[in-house]
Amino acid sequence: MSDKLKSNVPEGDLAEKWMNYRGTMPLVAPGNKRNIEIIVVGTGLAGASAASTLGELGYKVKCFTFHDSPRRAHSVAAQGGINAAKNYQNDGDSVYRLFYDTIKGGDYRSREANVHRLAEVSRDIIDQCAAQGVPFGREYGGLLANRSFGGVQVSRTFYSRGQTGQQLLIGAYSSLSRQIARGSVTMYNRHEMLDLVKVDGKARGIITRNLLTGKIDRHAAHCVVLATGGYGNVFYLSTNAMNSNVSAGWRAHKKGAFFANPCYTQIHPTCIPVSGEYQSKLTLMSESLRNDGRVWVPKKKEDCKKDPLSIAEEDRDYYLERIYPAFGNLVPRDVASRAAKYVTDDGRGVGATGLAVYLDFASAIERYGKSEANMKGISNPTKAQIVELGEAIVKEKYGNLFHMYEKITDENPYKTPMKIFPAVHYTMGGIWVDYNLQTTIPGCFALGEANFSDHGANRLGASALMQGLADGYFVIPYTIGTFLSKEIRTPIYSAEHTDLEKLKKENTDEEGNIKEFITPNAPEFIEAENAVKERIKTFLNVNGSQSIESFHRRLGRIMWDYCGMSRNAEGLAKARKMIQELRAEYHKDVFVPGSNEEYNPELEKALRVADFMELGELMVCDALNRNESCGGHFREEYQEGGGEALRNDEEYMYAAAWEFTQDNSDWNLHKEQLEYKDIEVKTRSYK
Amino acid sequence: MAGKTINIKVKVWRQGGKYPKGQFETYDLKDVGTDMSFLEMFDVLNEQLVSKKEMPVAFEHDCREGICGTCSMVIDGQPHGPMKGTTTCQLHMRSFKDGATITVEPFRAKSFPVIRDLVVDRSSFDAIIQAGGYISVNTGQAQDANAIPIEKDTSEKAFDAATCIGCGACVAACPNSAAMLFTSAKVSHLATMPQGKVESQKRVQAMVNQMDKEGFGMCSNIKACEAECPKEISTDNIALMNREYLASVLGSDKEG
Ligand SMILES: Cc1cc2nc3c(=O)[nH]c(=O)nc-3n(C[C@H](O)[C@H](O)[C@H](O)COP(=O)(O)OP(=O)(O)OC[C@H]3O[C@@H](n4cnc5c(N)ncnc54)[C@H](O)[C@@H]3O)c2cc1C
Ligand code: SF4
Ligand code: FES
Repeated sequence: MSDKLKSNVPEGDLAEKWMNYRGTMPLVAPGNKRNIEIIVVGTGLAGASAASTLGELGYKVKCFTFHDSPRRAHSVAAQGGINAAKNYQNDGDSVYRLFYDTIKGGDYRSREANVHRLAEVSRDIIDQCAAQGVPFGREYGGLLANRSFGGVQVSRTFYSRGQTGQQLLIGAYSSLSRQIARGSVTMYNRHEMLDLVKVDGKARGIITRNLLTGKIDRHAAHCVVLATGGYGNVFYLSTNAMNSNVSAGWRAHKKGAFFANPCYTQIHPTCIPVSGEYQSKLTLMSESLRNDGRVWVPKKKEDCKKDPLSIAEEDRDYYLERIYPAFGNLVPRDVASRAAKYVTDDGRGVGATGLAVYLDFASAIERYGKSEANMKGISNPTKAQIVELGEAIVKEKYGNLFHMYEKITDENPYKTPMKIFPAVHYTMGGIWVDYNLQTTIPGCFALGEANFSDHGANRLGASALMQGLADGYFVIPYTIGTFLSKEIRTPIYSAEHTDLEKLKKENTDEEGNIKEFITPNAPEFIEAENAVKERIKTFLNVNGSQSIESFHRRLGRIMWDYCGMSRNAEGLAKARKMIQELRAEYHKDVFVPGSNEEYNPELEKALRVADFMELGELMVCDALNRNESCGGHFREEYQEGGGEALRNDEEYMYAAAWEFTQDNSDWNLHKEQLEYKDIEVKTRSYK
Repeated sequence: MAGKTINIKVKVWRQGGKYPKGQFETYDLKDVGTDMSFLEMFDVLNEQLVSKKEMPVAFEHDCREGICGTCSMVIDGQPHGPMKGTTTCQLHMRSFKDGATITVEPFRAKSFPVIRDLVVDRSSFDAIIQAGGYISVNTGQAQDANAIPIEKDTSEKAFDAATCIGCGACVAACPNSAAMLFTSAKVSHLATMPQGKVESQKRVQAMVNQMDKEGFGMCSNIKACEAECPKEISTDNIALMNREYLASVLGSDKEG
């Protein structure tokens, strides 16, 4: 283990670590909390839950988002659901099973203690959200309903139709709004963090740009919490919201926060296929659809262009059911995506481009229809009656998804199978954090999709919402105390224009020593502010001939072709060079219209794409370093029979944490060795 | 997917920068694929403008899946355009005819000042929620989620109200710029859930007062809001809110 990486996992039995730790960790007394300021960047599930809870506890919180309202964070788009080990279905679920499924789903590349804690607090999340008024799906008896997601054999996913993320986010947003009204949280909408400020090695604030006026501000605090989401948009085309970006995390990385496992990308198997060059965004069709939809392609290549309804049952290859009988259509995402790639590589893809497979609801409609007819006492129902009854059930379950599909594709998925294809969806990699969710910069914390810790090399469905809310509601409010309990004597003068010399005098003791204090007027803040202004000026002055969008698209293409669903050493090496060249071209020939002092989305994009260009290279380095296949990272050189991932536990059972060096194309690798004491490490099999 | 194309003119409201007072500008777009979404059409237009080193049309968007509530355009006089129950980002060019001139404006309302081109400031909505659009429960205070069973129908009703995406089309559609549909959707979501009943009267007063303070207009039962709401939020919620408000003013919650 690198001595720069201390995971700080508490001693003791896995099942009791968190409880014992929570009971003995240093706390900040209520009176002291009032004097401590915390910056939270991000208002997604992780950020909003953290900011509101820290506000409730009495800390002074400043919360930032680039959106016009906290309610718009990308979390709002999550569809399918949130996991919790409630075992309400009495189907054998438990904290251990959720823990086990998550570790196995992550292909034994996540940190055991973090995952166990996640499984423990999952139950509290559901209670909390229900108390906030989140309208979860319910059974007729009035109790909460569940559905199943991929990679598990129990039913533990709670949901609000196909809008679970929206409902959970509104819950967190309403709690946040309550704290804003109380004055414990000050909200800064339309403010983008452009740099992290470190003073004496500790994170003490951020530099922001007011997106309406272009004003650059310095914000100081005792510590900084980043809940800034994932970086899937490095691929240009992904299911992420258009404005999701890596910049906050990347800036922290360049200030000393290690970036872990950047190459672990989740490609989601069920998205609406790309239809044209102009496309800038892909749309997810929730994994919950695989509860009832059957995935297939024609057995014969010559059938691929035919109307799917005309293809006889025996000429269809339900390949997931065929290859993975134990999990069938509900295999984990990485497995389902790769399988789709193999059948389309084999020339059996469907749709105009040949890059699609079918997701068919006909069997489900028939099954539900028959059982409804039965329940309604209709003997000998006609085929039409069955279909009508069945469609009604399917509509109740997935109505909004079907509606969305029809709007986009102009096809009716009740009548003809959906066409789907894998697309970039989630990033398991992220800022390295210890058990306290602290990064390698003291006082800088990372939560939610922005960190790396819980999902290993592949995330199971419905567990990102769980992790975001676990981190924000139930972990950081405690673990932040490990840092802040040592800060209660550090005064803060947060006004931007205090006289530094005067403050120094005020904080000098009899012996002439200057005590530590925090102010945005410290030279480190001024320096960071100037650097940001300089960076902005540089981009505005390039005045080249190509649009930011066109560069982003080209970067995405390189990433998808060489660092996407499958990778190999030769391609990765090539990609690295291509990215370096593209980056050089970007800085020479990009065109950024307008000025800093106005509402200028192009300028925002220019800064974000510049960071993606640097991240892209690190992802490629990481993928090249990892000479094995695991989870979402599939190296063609390392596979066994039928294209299954071949892990190399001997050499790669570690989290790769990359340290930025001043050279933009060079990183130091630190390894966090992963240990599994409470789980037997096996080859992942869903067969 | 047919791969048809159309030629159109887009008449867009520009405001700020080169257009200090605000005015319409008309742009020609050729060979627009009908499978393109409305915002993708704007992406193409903006690429054209940028290639001429002009400032692209500012418009807001994020999820492009009809759920974040960020996109906001009035298209040919209708907030979010001609398709019922559809946000601007979910609208596709197949809804338009070859040769059409499409007029695009920002959401207009006193409480939604224009920031630039098609971008408006909707922070007045946040202020309404901050006034009381929540249940007062701190993290960690909750009991077991199944301790309070809730009838499926009740929960579904609350859900229907809770699907409001805070886009503001209801305000833009209303001749009085009232925010009744938005506010009532939240009031009704929370008042319908047993967890939210306790403070429902205090909540409705605070939210309605805030709505007035933000300068939104009065409701005169025109129901244009419901017609244009991309989430098809029902005006029944307004009736419910009025009842709740009346009850709170009459102080019926103080009984026994
Ligand atoms: C279409 C889709 C469906 C999904 N469905 C599910 C599902 O059913 N179940 C599940 O568990 N997971 C799902 N996921 C994954 C899940 O939604 C995300 O992983 C999760 O919501 C991320 O939450 P977050 O709080 O970490 O970040 P986000 O919600 O992405 O929030 C990031 C926040 O940070 C802010 N921010 C970022 N950078 C800056 C900056 N520089 N300055 C200021 N503010 C900044 C943003 O404004 C935003 O408020 C889905 C994802 C997608 C794309
Ligand atoms: S009520 Fe409808 S129109 Fe109004 S903000 Fe909500 S979703 Fe938008
Ligand atoms: S962009 Fe999110 S609703 Fe339209």
